[in-house]
Amino acid sequence: MKVIGLDSSGLTATVAIVEDDKLVAEYTVNHKKTHSQTLVPMLDEISKMTELDLSTIDAIAVAKGPGSFTGLRIGSATAKGLGLALNIPIVEISTTEGLAYNLFGTDKLIAPIMDARREQVYTGLYEFEGDELKTILPATAEPIEDTVARINETGRAVMFLGDGVAVFKDKILELIKVPVSFAPAGKRLQSAASIATLGLKLLGEGKAIPARDHVPDYLRLSQAEREREENK
Amino acid sequence: MAGKKIMADKLILAVESSCDETAAAVVKNGREVLSNIISSQIDLHTLYGGVVPEIASRKHTEQINQVIEEALKTANVTLKDIDAIAVTYGPGLVGALLVGVSAAKAISFATKIPLVGVHHIEGHICANFIENKDLEPPFICLVASGGHSHLVKVLDYGKYEILGRTRDDAAGEAFDKVARAIGLGYPGGPKIDKVSYEGNPEAISFPRAKVEGSVYDFSFSGLKSAVLNYLNQCEMKGIPVVQADVAASFQKAVVDVLVDHSMTAIRESGMKKFAIAGGVASNSHLRKAFEETCAKEGISFYRPSPILCTDNAAMIGAAGYYEFIQGNVSGYDLNAVPNLRLGER
Repeated sequence: MKVIGLDSSGLTATVAIVEDDKLVAEYTVNHKKTHSQTLVPMLDEISKMTELDLSTIDAIAVAKGPGSFTGLRIGSATAKGLGLALNIPIVEISTTEGLAYNLFGTDKLIAPIMDARREQVYTGLYEFEGDELKTILPATAEPIEDTVARINETGRAVMFLGDGVAVFKDKILELIKVPVSFAPAGKRLQSAASIATLGLKLLGEGKAIPARDHVPDYLRLSQAEREREENK
Repeated sequence: MAGKKIMADKLILAVESSCDETAAAVVKNGREVLSNIISSQIDLHTLYGGVVPEIASRKHTEQINQVIEEALKTANVTLKDIDAIAVTYGPGLVGALLVGVSAAKAISFATKIPLVGVHHIEGHICANFIENKDLEPPFICLVASGGHSHLVKVLDYGKYEILGRTRDDAAGEAFDKVARAIGLGYPGGPKIDKVSYEGNPEAISFPRAKVEGSVYDFSFSGLKSAVLNYLNQCEMKGIPVVQADVAASFQKAVVDVLVDHSMTAIRESGMKKFAIAGGVASNSHLRKAFEETCAKEGISFYRPSPILCTDNAAMIGAAGYYEFIQGNVSGYDLNAVPNLRLGER
């Protein structure tokens, strides 16, 4: 089985092709250009480089959120367009779960954090049991203080990763009461290889959906909807 | 199944998501609409009194594949029959535009069908080619909608000279704001159009604004303020407001200005053909005013049917066709450009 992975949920643009247990190609860019300008050209580049026959692709794995609303939509609309044109399904992968998978095999708690603005992080809590990634807390949006307090209660060593580290590292170091570490450069940000690998697994479990049915999981309502709810 | 294509026929799959309509269409040779699918979000935005960009973008993402699939199915074709994919890349709401642009690029990449980025206003102008098979450039075109008011000299296919534009509110925006102020609600254009039949257009004298230094530019914010002032004064003096009279008088002021500027442009250019486009072009009073004035002056008047005045993808397919046959194709790095100017690529 062969899957294309896409993640444009944060500042990172990343695309990958994974076939069974082989990473065929991965292209990851952390640069100021918008995902709209980079994502498809990157996919085109790795496809040419690896002489990819697109008709051999079984599914598109896409980071479904949380993340930047616009970033998520660029990834989703791209995945949906690919699904429509190639007549293949989509596998939706939680952005935080995809990040956690970067740290395969660690015995520490895994805490992905992404800057969610409004003084919050998008986060979740994960751990590996052997080869299996287990979700302790699914993706949520909350103040970093709440995230650290929850981890402190476990008494276990934790590794943070994600673009939130750059923003909240000082705050974490100030509040944390358990052994703490931060993922190194090559593992810290979104990786489409992780998205595609998880995608292959879900595809095997029959959890792919028709491309037309995919929508991002924003975790938050739009501002207008929030204000309308509050004023009811 | 699709019939065999005659040589040289070009089928364009077009995608439009610049505001609050998710749309896709299949157009043959720039003039013949094989399908024109529009998924409108108007009911959603009515709750908020106008288009909410984030909600629009989310809805586009939800609907994009369905409308494209429906457009292909209705046209009785598959992607294999398509010669180019045209997509609106500006102007418009950036988050909304990105959905169509991203999907269109992905389809183009996956199928190797050439991609053509299209200017939204160019689409509106080209809606006239669909409706009026005999219309060919050059002509003068007035584009008036909720987001745009442009007076354009169409020199050739894909070649435009902007004569005038609004300095503040777009014509359709003024309709929406005035409709809200007199309690008609959103969307203002169709509601004012309808209620005006019961009102007296001469009841209240609202200003016909001239823009200093340009005979072609528009300004509608002064008119909008004049309506608001009138309503305030009525309230202060305890005079009852006749909704239909205000609507009819306001609308007459807009129509007069649009007709006056357009006729000046026609006379100055010496052109004998004039077209209107955009959402405001479906206003029945405006259409009637242009019909009468053009008939009097011996000008051929062209207008798209209302379904082609609203945001739709068939018009993008028409514009995309003329760009495509002139060799204008886009790369996979095509981005959404929210303030894209007409004539720029």
